[in-house]
Amino acid sequence: MNQIAIKVENVSKNFKLPHEKQSSLKGKLINFGKKSGFETQYALKDVSFEIEKGEFFGIVGRNGSGKSTLLKLLAGIYSPTIGSIHVSGKLTPFIELGVGFNPELTGRENVFLNGALLGFNRQEMTEKYPDIVEFAELERFMDQKLKNYSSGMQVRLAFSIAIRAQTDILLLDEVLAVGDAAFQDKCYDYFEQLKEQKKTVIFVSHSMDAVRRFCTKAIYMETGKLTHIGTPTEIADVYLEENMELSLQNAAKNETPSLSESHKLTAKLKAQSKDSVSVDFTYKLKDKDELYIGFSIIKDGISIAELTTSRLNPLTKSGTVTYEIDTRLLNGGSYQVGAGIYRLKNSRLLNMTKNKLLFIVKGSDETRGGALKLADNWKYR
Amino acid sequence: MTKQNRALLSELVRTDFKLRYQGSILGYAWSLLRPLLLFVILYIVFVKFLKLGGGIPNFPIYLLLGIVIWNFFTEMTTQGLGSVVGRGDLIRKIKIPRWIIVLSSSISAVINFFLNLIVVAVFMIVNQVDVTYTVVFLPLIFIEVYLFSLGATLFLSAAFVKYRDVGYIWDVVLQAGFYLTPILYPLTLITNETFLKLIMINPMAQAIQDARYAAVTNQSQTIYQVFDGGWYQLIPYSIVVLTLACGILYFRKESKLFAENI
Repeated sequence: MNQIAIKVENVSKNFKLPHEKQSSLKGKLINFGKKSGFETQYALKDVSFEIEKGEFFGIVGRNGSGKSTLLKLLAGIYSPTIGSIHVSGKLTPFIELGVGFNPELTGRENVFLNGALLGFNRQEMTEKYPDIVEFAELERFMDQKLKNYSSGMQVRLAFSIAIRAQTDILLLDEVLAVGDAAFQDKCYDYFEQLKEQKKTVIFVSHSMDAVRRFCTKAIYMETGKLTHIGTPTEIADVYLEENMELSLQNAAKNETPSLSESHKLTAKLKAQSKDSVSVDFTYKLKDKDELYIGFSIIKDGISIAELTTSRLNPLTKSGTVTYEIDTRLLNGGSYQVGAGIYRLKNSRLLNMTKNKLLFIVKGSDETRGGALKLADNWKYR
Repeated sequence: MTKQNRALLSELVRTDFKLRYQGSILGYAWSLLRPLLLFVILYIVFVKFLKLGGGIPNFPIYLLLGIVIWNFFTEMTTQGLGSVVGRGDLIRKIKIPRWIIVLSSSISAVINFFLNLIVVAVFMIVNQVDVTYTVVFLPLIFIEVYLFSLGATLFLSAAFVKYRDVGYIWDVVLQAGFYLTPILYPLTLITNETFLKLIMINPMAQAIQDARYAAVTNQSQTIYQVFDGGWYQLIPYSIVVLTLACGILYFRKESKLFAENI
C-alpha cells in the first residue's frame, strides 16, 4: 500500500517568449548579432510533491498560476527545464476532452480516431463502440459530420470515449467547466466510480465544491510556485482567501460613486475571535434625526440576513457603530457584507459603502450545505 | 512499434485519406486520374510537339516514370513539412510519439505513389514495353527514394515549427530541383562531362535514372555509366544516409519542444 504513483522533484519550467514573434529567418538575420528579444517566463519554479496510488489529488490556483503547465508536464507533453518527474503506471496522455476531433469526419469516424489516440486498435474500438454511443446518447447522430453537432453533443461524445481509457492515472483539467447540469451529474458519478476503484486521479479545478467533495489531498499554486499542500478543505480555504483579496482589490478600483455626498459611510471588517467577525460602521451625517444604517450578509449573491440600527437610539451626527457576527451560525464559505444609510420615513437608500467587504468562514462539512448552520436535530422515530 | 502506435498510425492515415478528396465528386478516382491526365499532356507536348528523346524507346513512359517518382518526392516532403504544425492541436494536448505524425503523412504519399505506379504499369503493358529481369531492383530504388524523402521531411517538419520561411524556401528548392534533375530531358542532351557528373550525384537523379533503366529501357544513362563504375557513384547513397541521419537526430532534438514552440 501507499506506493508512490507520481514523484515530482524540483521541477522548473521556463518558456522563452520572443518579445516580438520572429518566426522567420529574416527576423533572425536583421537582428543578427543583437541579443534578440527573448524574455524568459518562469512558468514553474522548483515544484516538488508526491502523489500516492489511489489518491484523488487536487491542483488549485488562480489563472496563470502554472496549473496547466504542471499538468502538461505530468502528461509528458512538455519536458521540464530542470528537475525530474517519475511516473509509475500508465497515465492518460491527454489533458482535454475531444483532442483530435475533426469536424469534417462523422461522429463514428471520430470515435475510432479518438480511440486510437487513447491507444485502442480498431478491433477493440468496435467492441466498445456500442457502449460509447449509448452512454453519449447519440445513436441517431453517429453518421453525421461532427461539425453539425452542438457543442454539448461533442462534449458528451468525447467524455464517453475518454472514460474508456484504461489507465492507472487520470489527468482531468476543468472538465466540469463544460456541459449542462445533467452532464455534470454524469461527471460526478464517474468521479465517484473512480474513487471507488481506487484510481489515481489528478484533478485541476476552480470549483472548490468539487475539490472538497472528491479530493483526498490538494495543492495550491501561486505564480508558478507550490505554496500549500494540505487537505482539500485547507486548500479550498486558501483559495477562497486569495480570491477574496483579489476581488477586494478589484472593488477598490471600481468604486461606485456615492448617491449622496452629504452622508458618508464606511465599514470595516475585523476578525474578533475564531467564532466572530465584527463590522465597524463609521458615519458622518448632515442631518441626524431620521436616518438609520442597514446592512446585509450575502452568500452567492443571495442575502441571508439583513439588520438595521432603526431600533437603536437615533444616530448622532458622526460616530461608529459595531455589529458582531457570530460565525458559528454559518457554514463554511465566503460571505459578503453590504451596508447603506437609509431614511427612516420611507426607507430610501441615501448612501452605501463603497468597498466590497468579504469574510470567510473556515472549515467545511460535506454533510451540510447552504449558509445557515442549523443544529443536527435528527431523531429516529 | 507497439500495438498502440500501429493502431494510431493506421487511423491517422485513414483520416488523411478520407479528408483528402472531401467535397470532390470523383473522390478517390482523382488519385488515378491525375497521373493519367499528366501522361496525356506529356505525350502531346514532348512526343508530338517537341519530338524530344528520339533515341530513347518508350519515351513517354520514360518521362512518366520520372515524373511520378519526382512527384512522390515533392508530395511527401511538402505534406510532411507542414504535418507537425498542421497537427498542432494534437501535439499541444496529447502525448503521442511525434514521429508518428510525420510517418502517417509519408504513408499517405506512399499510397498515392503506388496508385500512380499502377497507371505507369498499365501504360507499360499497353505499349508493350520489354520488361527484363532488372525490374526486381525497382523496389530497392523506391526504398532509397523513400528514405531520402523521409530524412528530408523529418528535418523540414521540425525546422518549420521554428521558422515558417522553410516552407517558402523549400518551394524554391523543389522548383530548382525539378530542372536540375533529368526528368523532362534525356541526359544525352548534356555534353559537358563535369555538369553531367554534378547532376548525377543528386540522389533523385540517380534514382530516377536507375528506375528507368530497371523498368523501361536500358538506354537510360545510369550513374554507373556516368562515373564508369568508380567509387564516386556511392556519393548519392551517402547523401541519402546522411540526410536520414541528420533528419532523425534533428527531429529528435527538436521534438521535445514542439508543444511549446508551435
